[in-house]
Amino acid sequence: MILGSINPAVLIAALMVAATPILLAAIGELVVEKAGVLNLGVEGMMIMGACLGFIVAVNTGSPFIGFIGAALAGMALSLLFALLTQALMTNQVASGLALTLFGLGLTALLGQQYVGVTPPRTPKLDLGFLSDIPFLGRAFFSHDIVIYLTIALVAAVWWFLKYSRAGMILRAVGENHDAAHALGYHVKRVRTLAIMFGGACAGLGGAYLSLIRVPQWTEGMTVGAGWIALALVVFASWRPWRALAGAYLFGGVVVLQLNLQAAGVRIPVEYLSMSPYLITIAVLVFISSGKSRASSTAPGSLNRPFHASN
Amino acid sequence: MIRLEKRKEPSRFWRIANPFLAVLLTMIAGGIMFAALGKDPVAAIRLIFFDPIFSETFASYSRPQLLIKSAPLILIAVGLAIGFKANVWNIGAEGQYIIGALFGAGVALAFFPAPGWYIFPLMVIAGAFGGFLWAMIPAILKTRFNTNEILVSLLLVYVAERILAAMALGLMRNPDQPGFPGSRDLRRYEAAYNAEIFAGTGVHWGVVAALIAVIFAYAMMTRHMLGYHVQLAGQAPRAARFGGVSPARLVVICLGISGALAGLAGMFEVSGPGGQVRIEFASGYGFTAIIVAFLGRLNPFGIVLAGLLLGLTYIGGELSQMMLQIPGAAIQVFQGMLLFFLLALDFQTNYRIRLTKGARA
Repeated sequence: MILGSINPAVLIAALMVAATPILLAAIGELVVEKAGVLNLGVEGMMIMGACLGFIVAVNTGSPFIGFIGAALAGMALSLLFALLTQALMTNQVASGLALTLFGLGLTALLGQQYVGVTPPRTPKLDLGFLSDIPFLGRAFFSHDIVIYLTIALVAAVWWFLKYSRAGMILRAVGENHDAAHALGYHVKRVRTLAIMFGGACAGLGGAYLSLIRVPQWTEGMTVGAGWIALALVVFASWRPWRALAGAYLFGGVVVLQLNLQAAGVRIPVEYLSMSPYLITIAVLVFISSGKSRASSTAPGSLNRPFHASN
Repeated sequence: MIRLEKRKEPSRFWRIANPFLAVLLTMIAGGIMFAALGKDPVAAIRLIFFDPIFSETFASYSRPQLLIKSAPLILIAVGLAIGFKANVWNIGAEGQYIIGALFGAGVALAFFPAPGWYIFPLMVIAGAFGGFLWAMIPAILKTRFNTNEILVSLLLVYVAERILAAMALGLMRNPDQPGFPGSRDLRRYEAAYNAEIFAGTGVHWGVVAALIAVIFAYAMMTRHMLGYHVQLAGQAPRAARFGGVSPARLVVICLGISGALAGLAGMFEVSGPGGQVRIEFASGYGFTAIIVAFLGRLNPFGIVLAGLLLGLTYIGGELSQMMLQIPGAAIQVFQGMLLFFLLALDFQTNYRIRLTKGARA
């Protein structure tokens, strides 16, 4: 039996690795959308992070500095988006697309000399005896630190949005920007900060791909991960923990699919590798048609430009 | 204190002037980029924008290439623009382009090696139908389940790419050369070959189709009720609904038209300049066409100019790669910058910059 040859502990471990890049990007975009901005440039910011993070890590020899560089790179690109949509009032959909096209081109240019280079290894976190627990140790306690920090980030975003004052202001701006403006909150400032946070997260997600998951740099290596992250935000109905669940579910599909490929199932590789995209579409359909229609939980001012008319 | 003031009506002057300004700014920024790469910026810009048409050494090759590269861009962008006007965002044209090519090539390969005048027209119909069918997936999911068409149409690009690879390696692989991926060369199959209509000009049936599409789109948008509905739905969705415009119908029509046109573009490409179903067949026309649509101001005739310009950057990109060893990806950056500058400049169309004295109001 083919499935019998797959070790469940290894599967869970691989699933967490596969889920982390899109989870990072999704949690960032979730905050952006909660502030009422739709940034379709996630794919572009991710690939920027993947490329710049890789370059910085190779040149400094430190994956951690690489991750910082990736976050800054994603943030820099997101600032361009903020400039366009917040200061110059451009169409958010078109600007996001521009970000993606530009990011894909720029990274193809910047990363040229780095194809085939091996990045410095990111060490596994030493969790002592926890890693030695049978099954659980292999599945949950033998990862790099980024995986755990990502989970912590999800918790932090959840707390921030639900309990902190700043988080409530952010949500107010996203639900009804006119009311928030009337109350004296700086709509554009809040949105710009949210966009920058989203850019940094997408950059980190990209770096996780190029530094840990793959780990290699190739042109266009995100192959739609940014778009899947966008879908994940809808799937999660803009709730952080659901984004985590969705990302792990998605990671499971990816890993299972890869395992089936490796196990030599008699389905051509091309068809198996379609499955993550098809499942994402299926989930989107399921969520948008269900009783709790996605549109009713979406932030009220999502994708609506704000201009104070004084 | 600088303040933006919304104009009562978008400025017509800036609407027309901005694309030209954006091109100019892109040339300057691109020049800086080339200088940073250690290349002569003036020579590079010349090579990209002027030499393909005016240089004596290259023009004989690159002038016909201009129509070959521009035709698919124009064909796809004309369809996309109709949707963008109605706020229907089909950004998966690349996928519809691939599926159209596969349908067209599929018909050709099924008839091989039979001769017959009817084979090429059948391929045209199949190509349009393939693109239409692929675009109907996001359309129906949108109208039936309210699923976001942006995400679905885009995710389907990746699915289409995988189908393309599967076809090139499996079902459509050339049985006479089993060692190589890729289908039979349609350029060597007379009944299916999308040959040049006038030798040496680059005018193939795709160019003719693009012209027809431009004229039809213009007539539809300005003379037909449907065009009026599209404009109304984009500018005042509520008013459109009260006026009896069915949003669902509009989504299906917009995605259907743009999908069919993208499919046609793919079919003309695979049976002509592309030649065969290969893994690397898709070259990003579907994404560049988005830039073409915006740069052309969503107007069919504007799209012709924009399509020619971006077609030019493809050829100029190849030239600069050959002559100055400028990486091919630089052209992608170029195209992305163009869209950025255009979007940024467009704030002048809708807003007026006012200098006010004193503190903010």
